[in-house]
Amino acid sequence: MTILTDLGIAALRDGVAKGEFSARDVALAFNDAVAGAKALNAFIVETPDHALAAADAADKDRASGTLKPLSGVPIGMKDLFATQGVQTTAASHMLEGFTPQYESTVSGNLWRAGAGMLGKLNLDQFAMGSSNETSFFGNVISPWRRNNGDTTALAPGGSSGGSSSAIAARIVPGATGTDTGGSIRQPAAFTGISGIKPTYGRCSRWGVVAFASSLDQAGPMARDVRDCAILLENMAGFDAKDATSLNLPVPNWEAGLSASLKGKKVGIPKEYRVDGMPAEIEALWEQGINWLKDAGAEIVDVSLPHTKYALPAYYIIAPAEASSNLARYDGVRYGLRDLPDGANLQDMYAATRAAGFGAEVKRRILIGTYVLSAGFYDAYYTQAQKVRTLIARDFDRAWESCDLLLTPTAPSAAFGLGEKSADPLAMYLNDVFTVPTSLAGLPAMSVPGGLDAQGLPLGLQIIGKALDEQSVLNAGLAIEERAGFAARPGKWW
Amino acid sequence: MSVDHITVRKIASLARIAMTDAEVEAMAPELNNILGWIEQLGEVDTAAVEPMTAVIPNTLRLRDDAVTDGNVRDAVLKNAPQAEHGFFAVPKVIE
Repeated sequence: MTILTDLGIAALRDGVAKGEFSARDVALAFNDAVAGAKALNAFIVETPDHALAAADAADKDRASGTLKPLSGVPIGMKDLFATQGVQTTAASHMLEGFTPQYESTVSGNLWRAGAGMLGKLNLDQFAMGSSNETSFFGNVISPWRRNNGDTTALAPGGSSGGSSSAIAARIVPGATGTDTGGSIRQPAAFTGISGIKPTYGRCSRWGVVAFASSLDQAGPMARDVRDCAILLENMAGFDAKDATSLNLPVPNWEAGLSASLKGKKVGIPKEYRVDGMPAEIEALWEQGINWLKDAGAEIVDVSLPHTKYALPAYYIIAPAEASSNLARYDGVRYGLRDLPDGANLQDMYAATRAAGFGAEVKRRILIGTYVLSAGFYDAYYTQAQKVRTLIARDFDRAWESCDLLLTPTAPSAAFGLGEKSADPLAMYLNDVFTVPTSLAGLPAMSVPGGLDAQGLPLGLQIIGKALDEQSVLNAGLAIEERAGFAARPGKWW
Repeated sequence: MSVDHITVRKIASLARIAMTDAEVEAMAPELNNILGWIEQLGEVDTAAVEPMTAVIPNTLRLRDDAVTDGNVRDAVLKNAPQAEHGFFAVPKVIE
């Protein structure tokens, strides 16, 4: 008998369509799995009724022959997407209890496509973090453990760590993520799943709690490449409510999937061979090169000379935009209000923001405020935006000799919770391979490549030209078919 | 460039975040560490480079100057910490 929670998005959709099982049975199975996995702390709010209502609608639609693209598929929703009538917190105390009166465009697209919601997934507070240790609602725990009997709780990556943990634990078949500097790709790599950040502008940012608006982009996370393609098709699309939304048709990425890379050139950027990279990641990268050759691709060496400046530029631009975006949390219109006795309006602002924001969020707001302040603006912010132009230009030059780039996703496997949280800079360095793509707005995906000696997943990143998600997905599929990654965490939760 | 306690207090005040002396004490070296690291951007020659304004070429759209939303006062006020008579309420601003 099929274990329904072992099935991915495509298998659930097809099984419901063929009548092999009912959507209600699927929703019940995943609701049970979610309820039984509290030890992972992947959810801030569980919404079993939402999943059941969508399932019942799917079963009815099947009977009447009006199935939708995601009928019968329940998913997890990162708690950065506003969901009407369901608490939306961005994992902050500031928004604890905030119940949106509207629906984000991306989540609305998914519900219209027939998907149901299993719950709101935990994340780093305001999506600021790489390990899910900054959530007000507690750390998310990865379902993975080292294979030497060590029971250290490992980071699921961040900021979409609730999404990655829940998918790897098979308590959701897929989930939404958002990626500002690597927040879909790094957690996917840490947990042995797939995730794609599409081209900036593909998915509407409307109704997504803003972190750094010129970088924020939603995308899907799931167990394989096909499932990512299916979800992305149902998330993307033009939205007049987002000024940076691209007014382009959404390609049929699933139908376009092909693991043949004949005629494609894949560039290997030499600057991504960073000092201190574990030999196992080097070896996996070589393996990935061979897999892509086997799929018919030609491999070329390329140079992205400004790579080393991407992280420092990011840590000016992202905090600067965050300090501006997060100015809205003032204790007046929504969210927390802290009004000490006898306080005036200014005191109320300062007390509210002191009480509502966590340490990492405050750190970034302060950095952003500093780099934007009078006398420093040009030296920091303008210089960072100029360097960003150079980073984007590096990619443009690379595209003169190749169609795709292959790199590791992260410089290490998952680390233990607490191992890096004392040093903000060490944590920031986790995003060294993902941030340049974000700065250039390009599509990029992480797919699992193998396990390290400790039995932990490692990911490979494919970067594509703007709007060429199809080639990124196809190269991901080529790796997936050759890697045959079937490892899964043993259930301890 | 080094950030001292007075500067931390000033930016915390600009950012409207109340901080205790102990928090200021702890934050100064953290900010210095991060700012010292991002200062390496200064070594990049950007004299002939325009700052990035849009990652993907995209022209801003104009739409008809028509009302497309509104009459949702109660929904707007629904999450207010304090709402009175159809307005957001705040502590007294004018003495």
